[in-house]
Amino acid sequence: MSFPRPGKKKEKKKDPHKEYALVTYIFSALFLVMIGYLLWFLIARSDRFINNSYNSKRIDAFAKNTLRGDILDREGEVLATTELLPDKSEVRSYPKGNRYAHVVGYISNGKMGLEQTANYYLLRSHANPLLRAKNAFSDEKDPGDSLVTTLLDPVQQASWEALGDYRGAVITMNPETGEILSCVSKPDFDPNEMERNYEALAASGDGVLLNRASQGRYAPGSTFKILTTLEFLREHPAKAKKYTFDCDGSFTSDGKEIHCFHNTAHGEEDLASSFANSCNASYASLGLTLKPGEFRKTAQTMFFDKPIICSLPTELPRFLLEEGASDAEKMETAIGQGKTYMTPLQLLLIVSAIENKGMAKKPVLCREIINNEGRTVERFPLGDERRLMTEEEAAVLESFLRGVVEEGTGRGLMNDAYEAYGKTGTAEINSAGDCHAWFTGYAKAEGKDPIAITVIMEGAGAGSSYAVPAAKKVLDTYFSYE
Amino acid sequence: MTALILQLSKLFISVLSALFAFFCFYGTLRHKSKEARRFLYGYQLGVIYLVLSLAFLTMLYVKGDFAILLLYFGALLIVTGIQLVFRRVYRSASILLTNAMCYLLSIGFIIQTRLNYEKALKMLVYAAVSLALTAFFPLLLNSRKKQLRRRKWTYFIVGIVLLLAVLLFGGTSYGARISISLPGVSVQPAEFVKLLYVFFLAAMYHESKSKKQVLITMGCAAATVLLLVGARDLGGGLIFFVIYVVMTWCALKKWYVPVAGLLLVALAFPLAGRVFSHVHTRIQAWWDPLSVIDDAGYQVSQSLFSIGTGSWFGTGLFQGRPELIPVVEKDFVFSAIAEELGVLPCISLILICLCCVLLFFNMAFEMKDEFYRLVSLGLGTAYATQVFLTIGGCIKLIPSTGVTLPLVSYGGSSLLATFMSFGILQGLYVYNKGKGEFR
Repeated sequence: MSFPRPGKKKEKKKDPHKEYALVTYIFSALFLVMIGYLLWFLIARSDRFINNSYNSKRIDAFAKNTLRGDILDREGEVLATTELLPDKSEVRSYPKGNRYAHVVGYISNGKMGLEQTANYYLLRSHANPLLRAKNAFSDEKDPGDSLVTTLLDPVQQASWEALGDYRGAVITMNPETGEILSCVSKPDFDPNEMERNYEALAASGDGVLLNRASQGRYAPGSTFKILTTLEFLREHPAKAKKYTFDCDGSFTSDGKEIHCFHNTAHGEEDLASSFANSCNASYASLGLTLKPGEFRKTAQTMFFDKPIICSLPTELPRFLLEEGASDAEKMETAIGQGKTYMTPLQLLLIVSAIENKGMAKKPVLCREIINNEGRTVERFPLGDERRLMTEEEAAVLESFLRGVVEEGTGRGLMNDAYEAYGKTGTAEINSAGDCHAWFTGYAKAEGKDPIAITVIMEGAGAGSSYAVPAAKKVLDTYFSYE
Repeated sequence: MTALILQLSKLFISVLSALFAFFCFYGTLRHKSKEARRFLYGYQLGVIYLVLSLAFLTMLYVKGDFAILLLYFGALLIVTGIQLVFRRVYRSASILLTNAMCYLLSIGFIIQTRLNYEKALKMLVYAAVSLALTAFFPLLLNSRKKQLRRRKWTYFIVGIVLLLAVLLFGGTSYGARISISLPGVSVQPAEFVKLLYVFFLAAMYHESKSKKQVLITMGCAAATVLLLVGARDLGGGLIFFVIYVVMTWCALKKWYVPVAGLLLVALAFPLAGRVFSHVHTRIQAWWDPLSVIDDAGYQVSQSLFSIGTGSWFGTGLFQGRPELIPVVEKDFVFSAIAEELGVLPCISLILICLCCVLLFFNMAFEMKDEFYRLVSLGLGTAYATQVFLTIGGCIKLIPSTGVTLPLVSYGGSSLLATFMSFGILQGLYVYNKGKGEFR
């Protein structure tokens, strides 16, 4: 017997059962499509499913035969490792203690950070087949693969120290590649002690386990003037060039008074100096000329509406200026108060786009997977990029950010080692005058990759007095490090 | 040592399954002589026994439970029994189809043993009963040869009554009302109605192709499909509908029949999504299962986790977590095989199912008698559609419709009905070889 070959039969008789052959072809095609789809799924789509946190039970089963791999910084510094005790029990240890608490995470009482997102890779083994065969015979575990992150230990350490005892976050990345170099959140915890302390930490109500760098939603304060400026440039390109404002320390409209910090009168200003001085009065006045609908659109193209997938848990920013908003709301939004919320990571992406000619790079934390002998098993691609503004807009904003450092609130960053750009922020959080200190910006130097940084120090005070010195410590470390 | 045994056994199973699939196509595509093919088919049988032994002995080693031996010997007996029945009772039945049937059933025994010992034991009993009944099939067909094509209204009325009974007294599972509980067993009548329905359509079109007859047939088919849809058995409804379209197309030889059928599906699908909430959620779960993973997408997501984590060679028997997929032993048995035995044996499995489909259609193609030709075509279509719906649903190619993989999934009704359709096809094939008798 044989399969139908209608082509041949057709010639002999005049297609007696043409339909039968067609039905056969259709079903054969459907079955081949199934095979093709299955192959495509496994090759191109399965990673997204395998790494899903809901799949942890399957991945954890790999631990039966594999010794969980290490997590390393980009130069091989060990951030997490598994120690084998003499009684063959395993202990996950974090040599750097609190410093990487949020970004590397932990594995007891549920998983967090890279320990969670890279779980699958850490429990696979690409060790030498001979060694694995030997282990299979002797019932020993295979050494798992290690994850090389994009983090740089000296920068992480500097970020951690710069934040001091304040609550808040410091996050840095290479704006041209999206590789995250450091990510610190405080208050922090010791991942080595998680087994014992988890209950207390989870119940503490301080949000200790929250990664503030990506999940903390804060009023952006004056750092938001970057977006207000961009919107002003877009809506009133002609007016922006000859813009002037005479600041006497406050601005009033419709019964709402907006003060400059410490009621400082900045005097005669153009747009660049208003930005450099972080003049609230000037920005309140120009905020009134912006169309809420358009502003909202601009903000939304900057906000990544989907959680950014970069191994960091993320919260979405919020922008709530509606059509027909009152003058008070417009003015408050223009200076970053009001109902707008941003995460440090979000601001980092916006300044990175300014450095990178308008293109925002998707942040990445993972560089490659290596086996126990250091051979690369898998290299992670850099993230996609998205245009946030035109090259011209980026150039104008860059000159403004430089103005802040040269003659404005960011003067503390003026030095010969590198060229810094940025914007400070002092976000009022209550009527008692307590403020979050912000700095967001970037720095470049000959022969070094640029670095973008965002600092938030909760309740510290003025951005220029707290966040700028903190940023300086990190930048100094980065540019002096070989 | 355990790890080594697991690694080796899954590797060997991958290789053996590929070998089996290769033999399925090699013999026929290269037009080897009868002698050479017999040799190949002999190898195939060897592969089946090897796969069974490898898998069951591995499971015995890993679990250390000697009760597994019982299932092992049971499976060996059933496979041998099938070979004997189709070689002795049916005489010149297609050995390739018999082998493919044995292979699929063996994989079914292996994965069911892995998933649930009790159910695997039940499956063994169902298979034994089904085999015994199938052995008598040729006798039955032979004595009622003339009446078979005349009993069209018997087929239809019995079918409708069974479906009505399900609609009125059936139990609900996952939104669909498909089974009736009898003391000791739960029966899914639609599996058997499917066979009656194929015979009904064949009898109708064989009798006459007049406009009146075609319209009456259409009305009866529509009533059957609507009854299934009324019981919320959308997968079943779809299979019946495809059978109707394919049989009508081939009987009337009109190009517009499949076109109209496709249009109707295109129109009915969005409507079904609006009327039935569980259809809507299944479509949502298909489009982006991870977005509704806490709810409707859970099953499909788990299935894809399972296939992805298992990867090419699988985790090895008892090393994965297929039990996390709801209804894994029935609708999602394919994913369980992918997880523990690997995607490579799964591709072989699809190819072996395709081989069965090609054999079914080829048998229909060669049938001299129109009635038998239509019956073979209908049974082939039913099988092919069912395989496509199940596997397609597991791998997220199409929305999951909740149908079983014939011979591999757990379920007595499905198993018996599949044995019956394989038996009927083999019987007709033997009959067609010109002896005028089924045996």
